Amino acid sequence: MDFIRNFPLFTIVLSLFSGVLCFLLPGKAAKRYTFIYEGILLVLVGSVLLYTIRTGGSFTYVMGEFPAPWGNEIRAGVLESLLALAFVIILQCSLFAGYRFVEEDMDESKVNLFFTLVNLMTAALMALIWTNDLFTGYVFLEILTLTSCGILIVREIGRTTLAAVRYMILNLLGSGLFLLGVVLLYDLTGHLLMVPMRETVSVLSRDPAVMPVLTMAVGVLTTGLSIKSGLFPFHFWMPDTYGWATPASASLLSSIVSKAYIFLLIKTYYRAIGMDVIQKMPIPYILLGLGICGIVMGSVQAMHANNLNRMVALSSAAQIGYIYMGMGMGGVNGYTAAVFHILAHAVTKSLLFLTTPRLAEVSGGSLLFRSLQGAGIRNRDAGLFFTAGAFSMIGIPVFAGFASKLQFGQAAMETGNLKVLTAVMLALAVSSLLNAIYFIRTMIRIYSTGLGITRKEVPVRAHHRAGYNIPMIVLTLGNLILGLFSWKVVQLIHLGFSMFR
Amino acid sequence: MIEHLLVNYEEAAAVILFGIGFTMLLFQRNLIKKLIGMNIMDSGIFLFLASMGYIEGRKAPIIVDGVQKAEMYINPVPAGLVLTGIVVSVSVTAIMLSLTVRLYKRYHTLDLDEMYVLSKHQEEDR
Repeated sequence: MDFIRNFPLFTIVLSLFSGVLCFLLPGKAAKRYTFIYEGILLVLVGSVLLYTIRTGGSFTYVMGEFPAPWGNEIRAGVLESLLALAFVIILQCSLFAGYRFVEEDMDESKVNLFFTLVNLMTAALMALIWTNDLFTGYVFLEILTLTSCGILIVREIGRTTLAAVRYMILNLLGSGLFLLGVVLLYDLTGHLLMVPMRETVSVLSRDPAVMPVLTMAVGVLTTGLSIKSGLFPFHFWMPDTYGWATPASASLLSSIVSKAYIFLLIKTYYRAIGMDVIQKMPIPYILLGLGICGIVMGSVQAMHANNLNRMVALSSAAQIGYIYMGMGMGGVNGYTAAVFHILAHAVTKSLLFLTTPRLAEVSGGSLLFRSLQGAGIRNRDAGLFFTAGAFSMIGIPVFAGFASKLQFGQAAMETGNLKVLTAVMLALAVSSLLNAIYFIRTMIRIYSTGLGITRKEVPVRAHHRAGYNIPMIVLTLGNLILGLFSWKVVQLIHLGFSMFR
Repeated sequence: MIEHLLVNYEEAAAVILFGIGFTMLLFQRNLIKKLIGMNIMDSGIFLFLASMGYIEGRKAPIIVDGVQKAEMYINPVPAGLVLTGIVVSVSVTAIMLSLTVRLYKRYHTLDLDEMYVLSKHQEEDR
């Protein structure tokens, strides 16, 4: 059983190896290899999750057997394994459902490069989830940035390249700030490993003269990661980036990549700084405020979008706001709600981003609302999956979106702060209303045949249809499981946080 | 305040460099200038790390004359971090330059705003 302790490292090393291998393989073989490898990855990550649940504790893998504070470490607990598992499932679904569009957008001879990038991205994601060292976090953060830019520019049109450049610039600003924050913390504490750093920070925080410097270091680091994940007011890159990317890339970027940055931030707060120190800083209040602004502004901007992908992208900005709002509320409940929403939003957004191109396909290749009239009737499968995603976004009971809103509400109640409670409840109410307005409007649009638009159904080949429907069913089921068994998932997240100390 | 800055002049210089680089990366419209800004920003951080890791009078941690006292040597980790950071920075610059070349070939300008205008003319919303 103890052999499972090696699995987190395997997920990183094997993904790096797969990246190199796909570079050497021809396109079709690289595709087959990656699909098989993702299956293996699922087994590895699933085993780690079961192992940590069964043993009821986390474990640390010491690299090269150099103990702390000298060596580098990987750490696995329930929370890390749960997120890794969710990310791998979504990765697999996005690749299965989005592959057809990658083939259309890319030259056949270059398809292996897409899979090279996807595998390197997986390695970076796994490393960000498992790492116990802030500088390792920085290195893989940059690898994640580079690979995510790479999967963006596979679609060789000018606007995608421009969106990629904009995305890169914002991400580089974020990485620079994150690195500065890490360096400042290293300067103050002399450690890069999270646990020794937290112990020193806890001693330093008792000195009132050090607190401002500490706050600045954590603030710089937080700003870096919030720029990268698209917190308001740094969300303006989202519509172009997600809107012009190939569907698989849009799904991966919005549902996995931006969440990995947030998880690194949560891990840094809990394990490298300590929640008691974070609560002494003004940072949680700023996150709460920006989160709420993001929720409202994202939803308002999404209402004014003229294109379906842009609308879904802008609603992502609002959902990122939810996650930061949870972190701003503080306490285990606030963070549990934030992590739950990471999962809920990841399954929902990938579902939506993989559905929109199918609706566009039967609407003359256009994502503009006026062209989408009746698209849900022309492609019934896509219409159905879009509806499921939209219900979750609005927060209809049974779906994941409802469960996460409930978590936020409960967390706000438990803060015992009337101002926070009022602000959170208002934000939830306004956002649900706005979400309902623009998603129901879209559903009416795709299910009504008015205005005399009579486009014919575009026949989709059977194997393409199955390759699309199966991952979509998995994502919808994931959504329902999160909605119906939210108490079980919340229990797991709580268990994960209890292992974080 | 000024005294502190004068004593820690290397760190002060590093922070000023970071500020210059950050501002250039954010506000310059020319892509090449943005990239230069990014490199200045990274250099600022590397200077900060390098100056922090160096203690005057101590040597690199390579045992030559049999001296094994830790007090005689400097901590090699910051230098290692700088080297790693430089590798990351070079790779990022390479990717950004390749994207810049691709955009220049398409739009014949390096100005990001102009590129946006041209792209909207050339490729309609879909």
